[in-house]
Amino acid sequence: MSPSTTAAWAPVRPYALSHLDALESEAVHIFREVAGEFERPVVLFSGGKDSIVMLHLALKAFAPAAVPFSLLHVDTGHNFPEVLEYRDRVVAAHGLRLHVASVQEYIDSGVLRERPDGTRNPLQTLPLTEKIQAERFDAVFGGGRRDEEKARAKERVFSLRDEFSQWDPRRQRPELWNLYNGRHAPGEHVRVFPLSNWTELDVWQYIAREGIELPEIYFAHERNVFQRAGMWLTAGDWGGPKDGETVETRLVRYRTVGDMSCTGAVDSDATTLEAVITEIAASRLTERGATRADDKMSEAAMEDRKREGYF
Amino acid sequence: MTSTTTVDTLRFATAGSVDDGKSTLVGRLLHDSKSVLTDQLEAVEHASRNRGQDTPDLALLTDGLRAEREQGITIDVAYRYFATAKRRFILADTPGHVQYTRNMVTGASTAELTIVLVDARNGVVEQTRRHAAIAALLRVPHIVLAVNKMDLVGYEAKEFDRIVEDFAGHAAELDLPGFTPIPVSALAGDNVVDRSAHMDWYEGPALLEHLESVPVGADPMGAPARFPVQYVIRHGEARHYAGQLASGSLRVGDRVTVHPSGGTSTIEGIDVLGEETREAYAPQSLALRLTDHLDVSRGDMITSGAAAPALTRDVRAAVCHLAERPLRVGDRVLVRHTTRTVKAVVKNLAAQEGGLHANDLGRITLRTAEPLALDDYADSRRTGAFILIDPVDGATLTAGMVDLSEATATI
Repeated sequence: MSPSTTAAWAPVRPYALSHLDALESEAVHIFREVAGEFERPVVLFSGGKDSIVMLHLALKAFAPAAVPFSLLHVDTGHNFPEVLEYRDRVVAAHGLRLHVASVQEYIDSGVLRERPDGTRNPLQTLPLTEKIQAERFDAVFGGGRRDEEKARAKERVFSLRDEFSQWDPRRQRPELWNLYNGRHAPGEHVRVFPLSNWTELDVWQYIAREGIELPEIYFAHERNVFQRAGMWLTAGDWGGPKDGETVETRLVRYRTVGDMSCTGAVDSDATTLEAVITEIAASRLTERGATRADDKMSEAAMEDRKREGYF
Repeated sequence: MTSTTTVDTLRFATAGSVDDGKSTLVGRLLHDSKSVLTDQLEAVEHASRNRGQDTPDLALLTDGLRAEREQGITIDVAYRYFATAKRRFILADTPGHVQYTRNMVTGASTAELTIVLVDARNGVVEQTRRHAAIAALLRVPHIVLAVNKMDLVGYEAKEFDRIVEDFAGHAAELDLPGFTPIPVSALAGDNVVDRSAHMDWYEGPALLEHLESVPVGADPMGAPARFPVQYVIRHGEARHYAGQLASGSLRVGDRVTVHPSGGTSTIEGIDVLGEETREAYAPQSLALRLTDHLDVSRGDMITSGAAAPALTRDVRAAVCHLAERPLRVGDRVLVRHTTRTVKAVVKNLAAQEGGLHANDLGRITLRTAEPLALDDYADSRRTGAFILIDPVDGATLTAGMVDLSEATATI
């Protein structure tokens, strides 16, 4: 049997960055590509951990100058108050400009109708895409990671969207080496995912390494919750609990931040970054499987929403 | 704290013909390395039951699009993430169909290792040779020949040896650097994560052991420095040239040349993401300050050392055509090389009649409107690679690998 031989071009003295340094370097490269190629980029910023890491990377990518992008938040109207407070504080601290696309305004004006199940996640698509068109954003950074979901595993780093913001997974551009193609026609835009190759654990380890502050809901705290579809949802003005659902006080934390109507809390006593990382490393549930009601609706729920323009 | 921040990452790709069991192998790697979580497995069990299957179909772990599940085949590259105590892995899971050769090229372009999967009953077939040719063309540093379905040939050493010998013959023709053959059964789990009890005659590692131990990373000390300028950060009077070091290393005090202008200067400072440093290595993202006021902008290439890149408007390259519309002599295209995009015209094409069609491999000569600072792809997968873009609709047309030698094609 022939043993493996050394390639003529194989590394003689391998030098590898640590995996976090490699991911950071790659993400910064992506931010700078967009700054170099596009006219009006914007960063989707929800106050969730992925968008917080994106902002941190953008700050490092353009230091010592300011981040050359504005931020965009799709406000479902059912956000956690702690997260909105965090959002506004960060925006002010870095002197950034925040655009808000409001689902509530669309409902109030009658353009969108509240769904029977009360979840507002699918309702975000229209306010988002109309804001992109109105502001003529040509590159929209999202915190999506390929490890989140199998439709996202197929996502490009630079993902072209048509004038209706639609994603067609069968017509994606091949993406080779680190040569990203951002060409687009007027009205089209490119979704850009600098965290594509990160996992949930990478994000947490990076937050720990960089000492990044997070909203409190990511850490264990006592909260009034009730159970629906196997998940702990926060009681509140958004419409829960319904009859027959009982509220109890539990020690919980959130793995993702989203609309209160469909983002579940997990039982946890992790009050520090170290404890959170230990908990996630040992978890036998994926982030979205543990906390997102809307992804459980069908086998292709995420693919279908992404096709329509969701992030 | 369970920090694994010093752990490195192996980016690898799979290649195999339809029905060679590639999805099963990937599913087995993920499943046996305990990278499949409970809710993912439940979703697969649920979907398998809905299709009337008794046992969970591990291929459903990876086929993520509606059309893929409907047709039962993989149609687009997908990226998977898993980790062991020793290493993290980014797997580019690519389809095996001939019409998806471009996806294999996509996966292989960033891979440091490619697994070429062969069915032990069929041995080396045309697709195997095609996959080996692509791995050779893209200079993937490590190749694994995974001879699958060993359970169906009685776990016989002679069947394995015959295939390895056959593949070695093709590898030599292709100038493939070497390869590691491993006999496996993805379905039964032999030599995927755990060593097989059925093949005493095999003394090598299981697939996962090999993936955990193969050396990765560049050799920045041995390569010349190549720094494509991505973006100029202006801060007060200072100008910081931002980019990702494509190869080699840079130190404060190094003499550097800016291409294509040819201007020279000295490195005054290096910032690695906000922190000042004395030296930096590929593939770090950083920002440089120079002692002289030169006109430097996005698309320029800063280099140091004796081995300068070739500055030329005539680009010869091996290519894989990716788009449905053919590429023909006389076509006007855009060349995207590192951070530089220039106009070009196709001067010459060694290909079948009517030009290059989707998934064709061929050779090309381009004439560019402005000079490019090129390295041979054999020396640098970053500064020797380019893509062609349709100037009308922006589609990515072709993947190119620069060939500065006069040697003729082996494809």
